Amino acid sequence: MSENILPGSIARPVATPIQLTFSMRLQKSGLNLTLIIGLVMLTLVILVAIAAPLLTPYDPIAQDLGASFMPPLSPDHLLGTDNFGRDVWSRIVYSTRLDLQIGFVSVLFPFIVGGLIGIATGYMGGRLDSVFMRLVDVLMAFPFLVLVVAIMSILGPGLVNLYIAVGIVGWIPYARITRAETFAARNLEYVQAARTIGCTTPRIMLRHVMPNVIVPGTVYVFTGMVLAILTGATLSFLGLGPQPPTPEWGAMIAAGRQFLLQAWWLTALPGFAILILGVALSLIGDGLADRR
Amino acid sequence: MRRAAYVRNRLLLMVFVLFGVTIVIFGMVHFLPGDPAAVLLGDRATAQNIADLHEQLGLNRSMPEQYWMFVSGLVQGQMGTSLAFRQPVNQLVLSRVPISIGLAVYAMVLAAIFTLVFGLLAAANKGGWIDQVIRVVFLLILTTPSFWFGILLILTFSLALHWFPVAGFGTTLPEHLWYLFLPALALGLQLAAVLIRNLRSSVILTMRSDYVRTAHAKGLPERMVLMKHVLRNALMSTVTIFGLQFGYLIAGTLVIETVFAVPGLGQLLFTSITSRDYPVVQSITVVAAVMVIVVNLLVDLSYSFLDPRVTYE
Repeated sequence: MSENILPGSIARPVATPIQLTFSMRLQKSGLNLTLIIGLVMLTLVILVAIAAPLLTPYDPIAQDLGASFMPPLSPDHLLGTDNFGRDVWSRIVYSTRLDLQIGFVSVLFPFIVGGLIGIATGYMGGRLDSVFMRLVDVLMAFPFLVLVVAIMSILGPGLVNLYIAVGIVGWIPYARITRAETFAARNLEYVQAARTIGCTTPRIMLRHVMPNVIVPGTVYVFTGMVLAILTGATLSFLGLGPQPPTPEWGAMIAAGRQFLLQAWWLTALPGFAILILGVALSLIGDGLADRR
Repeated sequence: MRRAAYVRNRLLLMVFVLFGVTIVIFGMVHFLPGDPAAVLLGDRATAQNIADLHEQLGLNRSMPEQYWMFVSGLVQGQMGTSLAFRQPVNQLVLSRVPISIGLAVYAMVLAAIFTLVFGLLAAANKGGWIDQVIRVVFLLILTTPSFWFGILLILTFSLALHWFPVAGFGTTLPEHLWYLFLPALALGLQLAAVLIRNLRSSVILTMRSDYVRTAHAKGLPERMVLMKHVLRNALMSTVTIFGLQFGYLIAGTLVIETVFAVPGLGQLLFTSITSRDYPVVQSITVVAAVMVIVVNLLVDLSYSFLDPRVTYE
């Protein structure tokens, strides 16, 4: 750099550019390694779900009784076949679509409903707040899965009922998180300003408060999706989820249980699919939480 | 005196929550779409069959009357008659409660051991490879569905290595401990996965406090500082998290029982769902909720014994 200094100019310390290490650059961009690994894994899972027909040589529900119980790494069946001769790889891949959908839908509605309840109770306080918080106290007394199972036992098995059952309980964490945030935000200057210029209460809540309190809730979304996917898989393991022959990881594990002795791959392999999706979402959730 | 007032308020809250729990369970049957009688009888039921069952279950009475029947039954320990087993629900349920609680306690003991060992190990090696390995392994365990984790344990330790029985319960206490080891291990590891994270960060935080520096400065050996000064204070928040996790432990116990064919509440719950025996499902839900409420009460009350500085405001 010294050649840039003109003769006669005052000698001054030359600022050497700080060498940004990889991890520093990551931090600057707001990403971290945990988050990146999670996002890459989730992208791969989503691609698999989209490209399912291209990746699978067989129809996931087509039976071929002549080729039942083929072990993994068989010439025509990479991950083997089940008792009906259905290709395990194809079933696992197609099931990705359903399980992603379960994770997404069972979080979407609770997130919206819980978020709105949280903002309304946090902003308005008073009787509305006490009523909802007592409701939360009561619902929190139930083990989540037990209450969901009990609701499902009344609604009957199936995917839509699964969403309803998870939704009845699932809004609570979002409501609690946004309520706490709103509670802190409701007396800040920008809210007072909005109030002063005569904004209506719904407008203040939706236009002014919501954008500022919604972020912590969205961080929890990924944790919520892990929980939803595990719950969905558990319910369908118990026979309360999507009904056969629909391929779903939990249901595949349940069906494979009768054949533990002769075909370990029927129970072991679909579980890894749940694990991969779960780890991807957990890493994203952790990574987002670290960022704050 | 203050503690007495706190306990009184806490008990009042508990009564309120219990009341709410009965409302929720009652409302579940009566306000959700779907007629339990129709579900129970299946597709081929005639209108007459359904009307008869309504009569038998009391579903044709007025709402308050039905609620009163339900609650007064609960208070007296009468939870109706099982539709599938044709015997009083309370006999069916209460005989299985000790088995499920036993399994949950077993899992808690294992979880406590794992948490103390790996939580302290991770905190002591903060940032090192031991810490990273513990973090990754327990992240995987946390994300594993408990029923699948149980099956993997069966595949590995029962079917491949023949170290443990595949399923069942045994008849004597040593046999129970032996048969229940794998299910308790599955539950314990998953519970520990949550607690280890918490204990690790809370130990690291406590290490920075003045009294720990003082303890170091006066020359106490590292182990003594860790055990007597750090751990006791760090455990406070872990106990809180444990209370919050108890509901998951109960749910996990019920699920894992079906995997290992343990004759507890879980097995009864899921056979009752299949046979659409909703009085049994209802009462197991009540029992599970009561267990969670009681444990959370105990956790709240235990603070003042763990930490004499705690006052109840």
